[in-house]
Parts: sequence; C-alpha cells; structure tokens
Amino acid sequence: MNTSKLSRREFLSYAGIAGSGLLLGCSSLTSSKSPLPKFIEPVDNDPQRLNIFVAIKPDNTVEIVSHRVEMGQGSKTGIPQIIADELEADWNQVNVIQGLGDKRYGNQNTDGSTSIRKFYDKLREIGASARTMLEQAAADYWKVPVEQVYAKNNRVINKNTDKSVTFGDLAELASKQALPDVKTLRYKSPKDFNYIGKPVPVVDLHDMVTGNTTFGIDVDLPNMLVASIERCPVIHGQVKSFDASAALKVPGVVDVIQMPATPETVLFFPLAGVAVLATNTWAAMQGRKALSIEWDLGENQSYDSDEAFKAMHKTLEKSPEVVGKKGDISKGFNAAKKVIEAEYKVPYLAHAPMEPPMATAWFHDDICEIWACVQNPQAVMEHAEKMTKLPKETFKVQPTLLGGGFGRKSKTDFTNEAIFLADKTKKPVKVVWSREDDIQLGYFHAGAVQTMKAGLDDKGKITTWHQKTAYPSIGSTFNHQANSPAGFELGLGFADLAYDFDNVLMEKGQAKAPVRIGWMRSVCNIQQSFALNSFLDEAAHEANITTENMILNSLGENRNVNHEQVYGFKFNNYGEKLKRHPYSTERYKNVLTALTAKTPINEKLPKGQGWGIAVHRSFVSYVSVATKVEVKDGHLTIKEVHCAIDCGLGVNPDRIKSQMEGAMLFGLSLALMGKIDIKSGKVVQSNFHDYPVVRMNQAPEIVVHLVNETENAPGGVGEPGVPPVAPSIANAIFAATGKRYRELPLNQYLSV
Amino acid sequence: MIKLNVNNEMHEVDAPDDMPILWVLRDLLNRKGTKFGCGIGQCGACTVHVNGQPVRSCITPVGIAKNAKIATIEGVDPKGEHPIQIAWKDNNVPQCGYCQSGQIMSALTLLENNTNPSDEDINNHMSGNICRCGTYPRIKKAIKDAAVAMANNAGDK
Ligand code: FES
Ligand code: FES
Repeated sequence: MNTSKLSRREFLSYAGIAGSGLLLGCSSLTSSKSPLPKFIEPVDNDPQRLNIFVAIKPDNTVEIVSHRVEMGQGSKTGIPQIIADELEADWNQVNVIQGLGDKRYGNQNTDGSTSIRKFYDKLREIGASARTMLEQAAADYWKVPVEQVYAKNNRVINKNTDKSVTFGDLAELASKQALPDVKTLRYKSPKDFNYIGKPVPVVDLHDMVTGNTTFGIDVDLPNMLVASIERCPVIHGQVKSFDASAALKVPGVVDVIQMPATPETVLFFPLAGVAVLATNTWAAMQGRKALSIEWDLGENQSYDSDEAFKAMHKTLEKSPEVVGKKGDISKGFNAAKKVIEAEYKVPYLAHAPMEPPMATAWFHDDICEIWACVQNPQAVMEHAEKMTKLPKETFKVQPTLLGGGFGRKSKTDFTNEAIFLADKTKKPVKVVWSREDDIQLGYFHAGAVQTMKAGLDDKGKITTWHQKTAYPSIGSTFNHQANSPAGFELGLGFADLAYDFDNVLMEKGQAKAPVRIGWMRSVCNIQQSFALNSFLDEAAHEANITTENMILNSLGENRNVNHEQVYGFKFNNYGEKLKRHPYSTERYKNVLTALTAKTPINEKLPKGQGWGIAVHRSFVSYVSVATKVEVKDGHLTIKEVHCAIDCGLGVNPDRIKSQMEGAMLFGLSLALMGKIDIKSGKVVQSNFHDYPVVRMNQAPEIVVHLVNETENAPGGVGEPGVPPVAPSIANAIFAATGKRYRELPLNQYLSV
Repeated sequence: MIKLNVNNEMHEVDAPDDMPILWVLRDLLNRKGTKFGCGIGQCGACTVHVNGQPVRSCITPVGIAKNAKIATIEGVDPKGEHPIQIAWKDNNVPQCGYCQSGQIMSALTLLENNTNPSDEDINNHMSGNICRCGTYPRIKKAIKDAAVAMANNAGDK
C-alpha cells in the first residue's frame, strides 16, 4: 500500500462533480445509482492509486474510510481515530465510510486481530500525509513557508498572524498539492494525541440503539429473491435426486435450483444442496421444508467424533512427528524426581455469531454487486473468480455491518452461494442461513487431543517437558490432503513455548478432517492454552507451590525467546517481525503479576470455592486471567473473572475493555458448554438449545486491567483474551474441589 | 389482507396467518430493526412487544396480532433519546450491535414493571436474550442507569 492521490482532472472525471475538495484517492462518492441509500456505489478501480482513505468536503466535513470490517471489535472507530488524529481533524466533522473490497487498501481480511497492529503506522502516515497537503495549501495561500503554519482541529493556522482557514476552504487547493514524500512527514508526539488512546464511542452507536443498522440480513433490493438452501449434511455427499414439486406449491416460492457439487478441496465453494428461492424469507424456509431430496452421503457418513478422538490418542502414542526439540527428554525423565502425565481434550466448536452468514448478490451492467456480512471482502472477489471464472474485478463487494464474525465470516462460501444463484436467476438474490445451517454446516474449530508429560527435580522445578498434539488442520480446507497440524497452527500456543525447561520435545500427530475446518476466535490457542495452563497448574500442585510461582519460575530469566534457535521451530509470530514484537518472557510475567497484585487469588475461601489462574501470549499480546468459582451440590458457578491485557499501545481503551469482556464470555461459553459432536458424518447439535452459549444469568462480574498501555507496538486485541479463560476455570475447580477436569466442556461433569 | 398496527401506524399486509411477525415486519413492511437469531424462540434477537408484552416474533404467527398493537425498536425513539437508549449509549453497550434491538425491547418491559430491578430481577428477565459478543455486564449496568433516569423523569412529572 502506498500513499497516492488523484489529480484534479482525474478527480473531476472520476466523481463527475466539480468544486469538491482534497482527495487522497476516493471510494467515497455517493452515486444516485446506488439502490441502497446506506451504501456507496462501487467506483472504478485504478491500480495506480493506492491511498483511498481521506476526502475533505467543501462543507468542512472529513470522510475517512475504514478499510476493515466492523463485527463488534470496534475497528470501524479505531482506524479513523488514528487517521483523524494525525490529520488534526475534528472528530465531530468526521464521517466514517465503510471501504469496499479493494486491494489498494492492503489486506482487508479482518481476522487474526490485525486491524490495528498491522496498520497503525500506515494509518498515521495516511493522516500525516493529508495534513501536510492541507498545511502546504495554506502556506501557498498565505505565501509563507510551510513551517509558519500548523493544522489543528479541522483548520490550518498561521503562526504569525493567528489567522486560520478551515480544511473545507483549503480542500480544493490542497488537492492540487504534490504528494508529500513519506520520509519528510512529521508525526505527532504521543502526548499531543487527541483521539489515539481515548475511549471514543463507536461510530454506529446511535444506529445500534435505534434499530437503524444494516447488517447482511438487512439488505433488500427491488425484485430480490430470498434463498434458503438445504445442504448435504455430510461433507462431500452429493444430491442424487430431488423433487421440487411440493416446494414450488408454497405461496411465494418462485424457483428451486440445484447447487453445484462440493469439490474435493472445499475451499470457499458452495456445498452441494438444493436452493429454494422465494419472494420472502418465510416462504423460502417453508419451501425448503417441502423439498424431498435423496442424498448420496459418500464415505464420510461413517465418521464419528468420539471414535476420532480415540484415533487421535492412538496416533500420538504410535507415530508422532517431531515439531521442535531441545536437550534430551529421556535423560531428563530418567533424572527426574517426579514424572507427571496428563491428556487434554477440546471438542469441535462452532462460531455461532449472532447473525448467521448472509449474502446478497446482483449481476447487472457487466458487474456483480455483493452486499454481505463478510470479514474479508477481497476473498469474496478471489473466490468468486475461482467459482465463476469471471475476472475478480467483476465483483464489487460492499461489506455490511457484521452481527459477529469470530472467524466464520472470513470464509466466503455464502457469498459464492449468492453469486451462483444470482447468476442463474439474473435477479438479486439474498442467501439466508438459518441458525441450524450455521451450527451444522460451518467451518468448525477442530477437536483436539494433547498429551503432556513433565519431569520435576527434587526442588519441584520442571526440567523436562514432552508435549504432543493432534487435530485436523485448517489446511484441509485449502488442500484436502492436509492431515496434520500445520506450522502456523502449532505456533498458536504449542511450539511457541514461553517456558524455559532443560529438555523439551514437541510432537504432532495426524487427523483427517471430517467437516470443513476453519479458524475461530483465537484458533488453536484455545486447546493449546487449555492443555498448557492446566498442566502447569497440575505441576504446581505436584510441587506444592503456587501456580503463580510455578509459572514465574518456569518462565526463567527475562529474555526474548527465539523459537527457531531454541527448538528448531519456525515460529511465524503472527506475521510480525520479532524485532517489532519480540517474544518477551518479561511481559509474560508482568501481565500475570499485574493481575495477581490486584486480585485476591490467595484469599481464604469457604469450602467449595477456589481461584484459578492462567496466562498466555497470542496475537503478540499478553493476557492473564484469574477466575473464582464455586462448586456446590454438583453445580458450578463462575463468580468473578479478572483479567489483564498487555497489548502494547492501545488506540481505544474502552473497546479494548469491551473486547476483553467479550473474550471472557466467549471463553466461558466454550469452557462450560461448547461441544459439537459428529455422528454418522452429521453434526448432532443444531441451535442454541443444544449448542448453548453463555446467558446473562451465567455471566459473572468481569474486571479488566490494561497493562502498559503506551509502551510497545500495538498488538492484537480481539482474540488474545480467549485462550486463558478455560484453563483458569478448570484450575479454579481443582482448587475448589480437588477434582481435575481435563476435557471440555465442563457441563459433562457439573451443571452450569 | 391483514391489518396491523405497528408503532401506532396502520399497515395492510398480504401474509398467511401463520407467517411469523418477524418476517412480516422485516420482509413485508421493511422494518429491519428487529433481528433474526435462531428462529425457535431461543435467543431473543427478534423481541417485539405485542400489546405491551415481550414476544419472540420469530415464533409468533402474525394472525394473533390482527387486533393488537405491535411495538418494535424503531418505535422506541428514532432520535435515540429514550432513557434506555441514552443509558445504552452512555455505557457503550453494543459490540456488533446485532442483538441490541432485542435486548432493548426486553429491558423496556422489565423497567415498565420494575422501577428498581435487582441483579437477580435483571438476570431473570434478560436471560432469554443472548448476546454472543458478551455485552451482558454493560447491559446490566445500562438497565440500572435507565431505571434511575426513568424514576427521576417520573418524579419530575
Ligand atoms: S430469532 Fe426469535 S428468539 Fe431467536
Ligand atoms: S452485541 Fe453482538 S450479539 Fe450482542
């Protein structure tokens, strides 16, 4: 992504209007042609123009594009906060525009907790560049050197005369300025930040409390058809035959269309099935119920998740493959005073965003417009090209608000379904996923088995560590032959080990994917942190020291760990350079001690109550969690959850807090109740009654501490809260009852 | 044709009696503020009021609302100045926002009958409304704030 701007002439022809203002690129032109008033007509792309974030209007308003999507994490506010700050814009004059899918923005895949950490510097550059152009324009106007002027609060001020001129008045002049050399840009000193680090309310707040939002499900177009699709319940099964006559009799149903066969490598292609299209959602759903389909369920119909867990256990016993090592574990175990072993299991999980996947597509005038709740608009374009063989530029993707995402909506199978049906019918088509579709046919978090073995010396110090894991890989979605955890998955809290043991062996085993596998909020950190933090707690009890001391001792010296050097494991550090985001055991320790200093984890408790702790680094941020539970008459109550996050520089502390609150409850849901079973190749659960998520009566008090809010480069926020939650609960239950639960969810042992 | 009173406006819709109110509102009347989350009465995203009672519109056939008053999020206060909306904004409650129409419609009926709800009252009344993003602590706080504001407003009158 480079900063570039449109020439005046280009701008005029681009926008078709005269007398407008500064434009550092532009995707923000409202066209009367757009059928949806809230959305902006996709504009023509020019690969030369790379910066399309800022436009100043003659009325002194500032349009700032948020190029990532909004699903509750707050980046639609955080991104413009950064730009507006460097720009010296007045927040009250800022209009935030949702960016279309467009590679000029750089990566738009809103996952991996990347929106701020990957773009912070670039967004400041964009703001500073625009501000410089405004300052230069004012200097030209007053005929003074640019050093004599400065921007503040949507105006540029002349230092000598104290006269000022608004951004709006400067807009036209500024747009004629040459693009400043990036190297010459001046950046604000953090002490002068107006918006970075401030709890700015989210830009859609008013619409959210008045019911005026547009999510994927809310898109409506003239003559639009709504599609409800009956998909094959077993992956790689196919439609043998179907009878649509009863469906077609349902009032409102206008068409029944067979979906294409599921390809061997599932990618983001549609699943095999039959679509019922109607003039409204209810009719489409009723029509779908009236379908009669004969399936060829294929070979996956014999899959059973319980059996698969046993098979994973076996592969770890028999034929693991080395992932990383240090020292010699057999010598270490021989010399150990005590050896402990445990096996942990986390089941398959579904994302269950509050809004199921929804997508609308419409072919017209040689383009296909798409409005959908997608996390990755550019992936929509790429995968539409794969399916239709039309050039990806054909697809103009306008992300709506997302009613939650959690990784599910990074997969663009549902937009491909809408595109397929829109092409067949030559009408706008909205594909509506039911909750049952969402729970049963998504891209699941893979069930996993992890075995742990540790050797302790006579002082209770862990000297030797042997860990093995097996689960179906996300890689299987992109290559059907992938059948063991990939490096990027093992680097999510398994092989990126923080702890300093003399002898370490890390191994993995094989597992075949029985469903589509995808990434879900914090991904493999879920199971890998559960095993790691549970086992450290077990070791602490074995050594008769506090878990906090076991963790701090085991972390060893303050140092930056290089996993490639220590273990021969190529750790990709969440796509960040170790120089910018070192793997710091000091920050690991700090985030834990900052929490325990403020939380009474060693208080004397009544019988049946206990505290548990866990700490984890993920998405280059550090999070600790302390949970207090009560177990009484077989019932588990989560009484309090306290957490601390060190995510480096925070842009919006209120949204960091809200993400942590959300992550605590997301972690609680999966720890207490999250479980997807697969029997005869089909997902057993179907809706919130049998795939429950936490409700208000189960939600504890949550306390969030932000640690080191200004030091260090920004790290991830959306995901890192989740991994320590489940082990903190299991550890608390052990403290309360002496019972160790090594398999999630906990409602198989206790009522919740 | 079915005659419906939605937010004190009369509408005529051509819908079968068994079509749930949710889809009548959303697809036939283009009132999109009421959301779909589960379709089986489990999540509360679709909560509206029928004659002042909170109902899950995804499982409530429109036929029963023929002579009733339906109230939706769009009718609370389009300016967003109802005390409950103000409390929601003051506490920055929403994350994704998708469940919030239903949360607000449920909370309103709690506050209509209980001017000073305890944590337990709130839990009991609100546990039918799922928020997958996890905004419960803030919803609880906002309900209490709104209760205070509404009590003060009532005192003023
Ligand atoms: S959509 Fe009606 S209760 Fe969930
Ligand atoms: S705010 Fe997202 S589901 Fe409640």
